[in-house]
Amino acid sequence: MKKTSSSATTKISTFVLLVIFITLALSITALILAISAWYTPGQEIIAGYLLIIGFLGAALSTYVLLQTRKRISRLRIEVPPITTTIECGKCGFKSIREFQRGDYVFKEVESCQKCNENMLITAIYREVKEKRVKTRF
Amino acid sequence: MNEFVAMTALQNQITQEPFGEYSWILNILFYVIFVVFIFYGQRIQTYIMLREVESSLYKLKYIKSEGRKIAIETIKETGKPQTDPSARVDRFLEYFTISPQSLDPAGVVWKLEHILDVREIRFKDEVKMMAPAADEIQTNNLENTLEAAMALNYIYKVIRHFYLLGKKTLSLYVIMQLQMILPLVMREAEAYASALKAFAYGQPIGDGVGALVVAKLIHKHQTRKIPKDCVVATVPIEGRTAHVIKAEGPGGNVGRPGDAVKTIIEENEGNIATIIMVDAALKLEGEAVGEVAEGVGAAIGGPGVDQFKIEESILKHRIPINAVIIKEDIGDAVSPMRKEIFDAVDVAIDRIKQVILEKTKEGDTVIIAGAGNSIGIR
Repeated sequence: MKKTSSSATTKISTFVLLVIFITLALSITALILAISAWYTPGQEIIAGYLLIIGFLGAALSTYVLLQTRKRISRLRIEVPPITTTIECGKCGFKSIREFQRGDYVFKEVESCQKCNENMLITAIYREVKEKRVKTRF
Repeated sequence: MNEFVAMTALQNQITQEPFGEYSWILNILFYVIFVVFIFYGQRIQTYIMLREVESSLYKLKYIKSEGRKIAIETIKETGKPQTDPSARVDRFLEYFTISPQSLDPAGVVWKLEHILDVREIRFKDEVKMMAPAADEIQTNNLENTLEAAMALNYIYKVIRHFYLLGKKTLSLYVIMQLQMILPLVMREAEAYASALKAFAYGQPIGDGVGALVVAKLIHKHQTRKIPKDCVVATVPIEGRTAHVIKAEGPGGNVGRPGDAVKTIIEENEGNIATIIMVDAALKLEGEAVGEVAEGVGAAIGGPGVDQFKIEESILKHRIPINAVIIKEDIGDAVSPMRKEIFDAVDVAIDRIKQVILEKTKEGDTVIIAGAGNSIGIR
């Protein structure tokens, strides 16, 4: 049951990707130039500035790329796993399985493995693991 | 002191060294930015807000398209239509209901009831035309799926309207209002998105907890149909006779508990010791999901017609009315039922029994009505 779906809205625009990768390439070039300038006498300050520009450009393009990917992951409808509990009214045998289309609460399903009596769907639910936000109240 | 002097010298060196005699450019740039922010600050803020709204609008567009897709797929799967239902679904998504005029409020409830009846018949006919092979349960589920898709379509269009209006007028106040309510709107849209699959597959939803509570009481007892789209069973509880009412399941259906309660009261000529209503209720932030609370009054949501009818009936015979509610948030109400809500069912049944013991005598007749959608619950 755990499925995700996507559509054209989830695609990253080619232009945005192009800008991100050009910035990244320029930043890496700046870093390489910074290293070569560092070993040239009298060019230490320029090397420092190139280093800053290179790091900033690389950080910025990586951040934008990650943000775009994050937006894509947000643009999905998560289908949580749904559990169906089946119980035997006679011997109390309980079985848990994934929800199947057509299941409903108090539906008679297959016979019990132990006593051959018809079993009943007694619960259909989803379990949510919530992150507890600590508050004073 | 020496350290301070050294730091200042270093700072001057860093800022002035690469520009040297051109450091005045930095000063001018600073003043230009300052002036720009004085005159265009609000406009910049407006553009930032518009960008935020735009990203939410992308998400809404995606959810809306998914809703349409799921509805069409479900119709094709269960209804086996001869032609492609897409055009009919698109037309359905644009349906609207005009609420009755309330300048003279007397009798507005009956007018509203009539409009809702017409709407329901129209929707059912449309779904039957879209999905001719679907049985009654599937038709009800499809109707609910389409209504969720319709709600998503409407939310998207309203937000898009204000976004475009804001962009056209560049009014900070239009955009600001939109940006402020957007987190709540997005929560609602996400809730409807998860409801879509629940309705399509026929899974019990959080809103159906009232129906589930009474379904547990009714189980193994003979039921009969009563108007409208409801069932009733006579169940002995703690030495009292309880008429237990719920919407007919397991298809997506809320029934008309107002009419059902009225019918049972009339059948018993008003000799009802108490009415207990069970329903899901919206929780406040900080409250736990599945918390059970009790009070008085008609616990039933919807447009208000059923609540009005129940209140009219109980007033006529002076019947006390009690309510047991199970708390959940909007997202839980329309998405597949959470375990916490399911576990609250037994707690709610204990509360009902407690109310019966405290408020009635042995041999009395009571009504227990479970409000909510019976999807996935017999």
